[in-house]
Amino acid sequence: MIRFASDEERAKRLATRAAYGPALIELASQGLPVVAVDADLSGSTTIGKFAASSEENARRTFNVGIAEQNMTDVAAGLALTGKIAFTGSFAVFGCGRAYDQIRNTVCYADLNVKICPTHAGISVGPDGGTHQMLEDIALMRSLPNMRVLVPADFAAAGAAIKLAARTDGPVYVRMGRAQVPCVYASDVDLEIGRAYVLREGADVTIIACGVEIDEALKAACALECEGIQAEVIDAFSVKPLDEETILASVAKTGCAVVAEEHSVNGGLGEAVASLLARQAPAPCEFVGMQDRFGKSGSFDELMVAFGLDSAAIAKAASRAMERKASS
Amino acid sequence: MDVHDLEIRALDVREDIVSMIAEAGSGHPGGSLSCADILCALYFGSVMDYTADDPHKADRDRFILSKGHAAPALYAVLARAGFFPSSELKTLRKLGSRLQGHPDMRLVPGVEASTGSLGQGLSIACGMALGLAMDGFPSTVFALLGDGECQEGQVWEAAMYAAHMDLDNLVAIIDHNGLQIDGRVVDVCNPESITDKFASFGWQVQEVDGHDMGALVRTLSKAKAHRSGQPKAIVAKTVKGRGVSFMEDQASWHGKATDPDQTARALKEIRAARDERSRA
Repeated sequence: MIRFASDEERAKRLATRAAYGPALIELASQGLPVVAVDADLSGSTTIGKFAASSEENARRTFNVGIAEQNMTDVAAGLALTGKIAFTGSFAVFGCGRAYDQIRNTVCYADLNVKICPTHAGISVGPDGGTHQMLEDIALMRSLPNMRVLVPADFAAAGAAIKLAARTDGPVYVRMGRAQVPCVYASDVDLEIGRAYVLREGADVTIIACGVEIDEALKAACALECEGIQAEVIDAFSVKPLDEETILASVAKTGCAVVAEEHSVNGGLGEAVASLLARQAPAPCEFVGMQDRFGKSGSFDELMVAFGLDSAAIAKAASRAMERKASS
Repeated sequence: MDVHDLEIRALDVREDIVSMIAEAGSGHPGGSLSCADILCALYFGSVMDYTADDPHKADRDRFILSKGHAAPALYAVLARAGFFPSSELKTLRKLGSRLQGHPDMRLVPGVEASTGSLGQGLSIACGMALGLAMDGFPSTVFALLGDGECQEGQVWEAAMYAAHMDLDNLVAIIDHNGLQIDGRVVDVCNPESITDKFASFGWQVQEVDGHDMGALVRTLSKAKAHRSGQPKAIVAKTVKGRGVSFMEDQASWHGKATDPDQTARALKEIRAARDERSRA
């Protein structure tokens, strides 16, 4: 049974990336052969906390400098000597720049490398479009052997890192810089291939991941004021996707909204669209980046500017329900 | 194996390479033939420690074929070392074969990493060297790179990092045949001097004639034994297509198979060389 955050915990705002270093420390303390390879961003990724936690963990941490391609393949080499190798950096570099290394060395050979970059999506805010990685889910979910986890909050990010360590083979964990409210209880135990119904409703299904979970929950509250009962699902495991939970919900509500802090091309939205098209066609609306690059601004401003906030989700839910009514 | 037997073994391997690629109808003969002597020295010259019937033995030495397109040379050597039956060589590049166009570690015993996208092998070797040292294994990691491959920026990311980490259990071998698909390496994008570049990155560098079996065995053994806090690079001067006269030093033989006439001529030359060497 999944436990959710208490009201007290919900008041806390934490970045998903903050869970990375502490989760590695916990894994190492349990005797798992974890190693971490970063590329000059160990403070930002919090891998630095792992390195600073003990002499042994410092020995298990490698900083290759600003060289993400080397970072990824050094991790692959460490995995080939029996280590559970985690990489760092920002998503735009750790995933984007190192795509060929992830494809041809890590995934092709099904190596035990965990690609866990931080600062994904528009959560890097003021750094602007060059640093706002909005295509990583698309890149990673198209790779054979890769699993893709997009945690909604600090607790889910810690759970995702631990799940990655205990799952043989490549895993992508997408973490952000933005501080988001806690959704899950701090000791939550999540599973790969499972989606979680966070709120039940019979009128529309909102499927989301990552920072969009908080927006989806807010949208559901707003919709409730209009008498609309939205079901909110955390599709934390974007790949493999929990098809059963999503299909059961859409069978009940008859329409869906997918929300992600990612391009509408190739991400969770298209994964859900493909599922519904194959199994149970239903009106579906998509909240995400509309085939464009990001730009500088605060995270909160950008969420509104790019139509990724709770208001955009609520509007999309209304559209989905109108289409359901007229179909 | 002594030098004489190694030279004969290398001619056998060249025969395998030509036959396999002809049978496959595609492949990379030039760069496979240029590194055949280097691979034979490593695997049959008592340079590397390995056990063919226990390919995952923890304390083995590792070899990474970073220039993965020379897969036929690696397959021929691994088969002759006993990792899998030589009869499989004729399945190269065919549907259902373990012998993919570029090496797949999940399919072929003895292949330590899947390679093919150039520039990645030295980084993989660095990670292996770090992991082996962390666990206290005495193993050495060898990585074979092409000279054209040294145009990939990642090679120099790895070179910088290996020296920074004092990886003296790492040996890079550069198959310096001077050619790449589009022509002479110095004309396409000049990487010279590869020796000076590795030296300036903090590596201990040795040049060697990549077809002098005695020199290869000595240089590789010395590089393996010498542990002085620096990674080691061996720049092996080679001839692309070595052993087949019409292929030698011809960029056009980088990536195409021989037709039946050419195959017969190539095999005749190699066999004649082997017979001559056997009589010596």
